[in-house]
Amino acid sequence: MAFFEGNKMTAGYGDGPDIITSCSLNVNRGEIVAILGPNGAGKSTAMKSLLGLLKLKSGYVKINDEDISKLSPQDRVKKGISFVPQTKNVFAELTVQENLEIGAFLREDDIQSVISEIYELFPILSEKKSQIVGELSGGQRQQVALGRALMIKPSVLMLDEPTAGVSPIVMDELFEHIIKIKKTNVAVIMVEQNAKQALSISDRGYVLVTGQNKFEGSGEDLLNDPEVRRSFLGV
Amino acid sequence: MDYINAIILLLNFTILPALTYGSQLALGAIFVTLIYGILRFANFATGDMMSFGTMFAVLLTYYFQSIGLSLGFLPTALLTIPIAIFMMIFYMLIIDKFVFSYYRIKKSPPVQLAMVSVGVMFVTQAIIRIIIGPSDRRFLDGEKFILKATEFKQMTGLNEGLTIKSTQIITIVVTIVVVSIMFWFLNKTKTGTSMRAYSDNEDLALLSGIDPKKVVLITWIIAGILATIGGVLYGLDKSYRPFVYFNNMLPIFAAAIVGGIGNPYGAFLGGYVIAFAEIFLTYAYKKFFGYILPETLEPNSLVQLLSTDYKFAISFSILVIVLLFRPSGIFEGKKI
Repeated sequence: MAFFEGNKMTAGYGDGPDIITSCSLNVNRGEIVAILGPNGAGKSTAMKSLLGLLKLKSGYVKINDEDISKLSPQDRVKKGISFVPQTKNVFAELTVQENLEIGAFLREDDIQSVISEIYELFPILSEKKSQIVGELSGGQRQQVALGRALMIKPSVLMLDEPTAGVSPIVMDELFEHIIKIKKTNVAVIMVEQNAKQALSISDRGYVLVTGQNKFEGSGEDLLNDPEVRRSFLGV
Repeated sequence: MDYINAIILLLNFTILPALTYGSQLALGAIFVTLIYGILRFANFATGDMMSFGTMFAVLLTYYFQSIGLSLGFLPTALLTIPIAIFMMIFYMLIIDKFVFSYYRIKKSPPVQLAMVSVGVMFVTQAIIRIIIGPSDRRFLDGEKFILKATEFKQMTGLNEGLTIKSTQIITIVVTIVVVSIMFWFLNKTKTGTSMRAYSDNEDLALLSGIDPKKVVLITWIIAGILATIGGVLYGLDKSYRPFVYFNNMLPIFAAAIVGGIGNPYGAFLGGYVIAFAEIFLTYAYKKFFGYILPETLEPNSLVQLLSTDYKFAISFSILVIVLLFRPSGIFEGKKI
């Protein structure tokens, strides 16, 4: 029994066709799971379904064996599920510190200790804490986005293409941060385009094709699977 | 040549009135900018909402006067402001519940909401005319002047007198207090930060657990406070006439746009930019040049750039020029 799982999820946008059909994903605490697949495979849709941004037509989402399929995204956040969207994932007009404070909006207790933990994890943010986020570099903004999502001390962190549009050096740095996050006993689930690098840091991976599970296995197995290599890794 | 008299002349007829008028516009402009930044539409009912709040202040002033309640040398209207604000917020929340919320939940485009606000404007105007009528009303009581021209002349021995009306000082002081509290609230409190976050990135704000209903509620409360105070201060300083409040919407929108719409600091400063431009461009400088130029050069005409009838043309021109050349406003800085 996995800590956080979506089982046989079917969902689409509005009255349109189903984008994912009977798609199952799961992740445990202290594990990184990558969702891969070609464009239009339904990777982001699967993630949105897990978060509740889309209504499921069938299937269920469970956290810690509790069915949360009917909850709104806000209520799922209260259950400890944090999400970093691909775009517009920071408050660009607010300072770094304010971004983190908003991240902890639902927390009633003292957030100063959490903020200092985030600064420990991302030292660069500590230096720039009173700077407007819109003035930071792409990599730094991504760190603000991760920091904001971590402020509720989530048990599940969902990342939608965390390394889209950043340079390879920054990408390596971000992946290192994601590994650090995983070591704090968080379940990390991410959609990635940079399949090879993503699999190399992932414990497990799923390959989706036309909204269905096509392959799944440990990161290493998928990297070495000849069919996956040929179709998705371009080698 | 007499520079001191020239400066007193300008202070009396341009700078002091412009600071007063600018403060009144600034409150209205911050109202426009807050609604635009958080609820995402241009509220054409601004002028009439200010008028609506002021109407209660006027009626309550009459009532308080009739039962003999007053604030001594201060205008009775100041005493009525809290109740008027309460009525104003109540009206705004009813309008929001029955009109705006429907379009907000449907995620209508901003222009549709702006058109809806035009409807709200007409309804509000009609309600005001039914309750209090369209006529001109003065409701200022208490001490009218802090410093009279004759007293000033006696004190200093200058030719020019300086008149300081109590409404001018009240306007400036109240504006500074209200605006400082508002900026403190927006920047330093958790709720204020959440409102700025909601204005900046609505989806992420929702994902962070910010309650949109609460943000909308607080926006209307702040808007109600600004509209009522701005309207009452204007009414005390000039007079209360519903049609004039409707007209004031042009300089108020100009101020909000000059400041960069969505930016409350800009709107605050924009109010003064518009007020100073209107008053400096319509003031007759004949006497002023009489003081600073040698007698031989004294002008014969009034040296008035524009007749005061054209003061709306000034706000309108500034509006057009800003939209053409600096559409994001003349002030740099963060949005709400």
